[in-house]
Amino acid sequence: MSEEPRKIAFICSKGNLDMVYPALVMGWAALGNGIDVTIFFTFWGMDMINKARIDHLEIPPIANTSMKMNMMGIPGYIGIPQIMGIIPGMTAFASSLMKKKMKGLEVPTVREYMEMLVDAGANFYACKMSVDMFDLKKEDFIDGVKDIVTAGDFMDMTEGAQIVFI
Amino acid sequence: MATKKIAGIDVNVNEEGFLTNPAEWTKEIAVELAKEEGIELTDAHWKVIDFCRSAAAANGAAPTLRAITNGSGVSTKELFGLFPKGPAKKVAKISGLGKPEGCV
Repeated sequence: MSEEPRKIAFICSKGNLDMVYPALVMGWAALGNGIDVTIFFTFWGMDMINKARIDHLEIPPIANTSMKMNMMGIPGYIGIPQIMGIIPGMTAFASSLMKKKMKGLEVPTVREYMEMLVDAGANFYACKMSVDMFDLKKEDFIDGVKDIVTAGDFMDMTEGAQIVFI
Repeated sequence: MATKKIAGIDVNVNEEGFLTNPAEWTKEIAVELAKEEGIELTDAHWKVIDFCRSAAAANGAAPTLRAITNGSGVSTKELFGLFPKGPAKKVAKISGLGKPEGCV
């Protein structure tokens, strides 16, 4: 088996819970199937590697037309009035509901998922421009982030890879 | 469905070489299937395989990688070291089970 292994690269640009999980789930599946995984964190995706933020990711009900009240146990697909979404605590409430639901399904937390990916051999890189913009340093990141790289470096290191932007 | 002679026994396999009947599996077959994947089975490998066999017997499906690490005490790092480049399929195949059902 001398053929090149399949390679996949994810660009994570969001920090909302619903946009954080896709790369984690697909990255883990890829590693399990012997596919080489690289993840580039940029903009709001920096929250996924920021030690101070990783355990506090949220999902806001505002402007989220797919989030219905059935999450709270109300049957059917009744919408959450947007004006309710601006009430202080609504985002925390929606986030805790979602986290509880995922825990029930034995889905790992974001931190645990990231540790699993590192242990399985995923390569994590932070975006140079975002690091500068958010005044972050390598010490601010969780273990497993290999380096802070430019967009050009990312292009070099993902030659031949399938790229997924999230 | 095809049959394949592994370790001197005719077994039913699917197009990817997975055994379709876990009851046809033997330890000798595991050794042969592992060799096909370039793996020499050690006690550490058997710990994983034994766990998968008993989990599948209890639940009717091959355990996911996370179920293996949580249930067998083998860490993610060790698991990927024991069955390099794609443990999800390799572990299930060597254990004579179907592909794991579940995403984690």
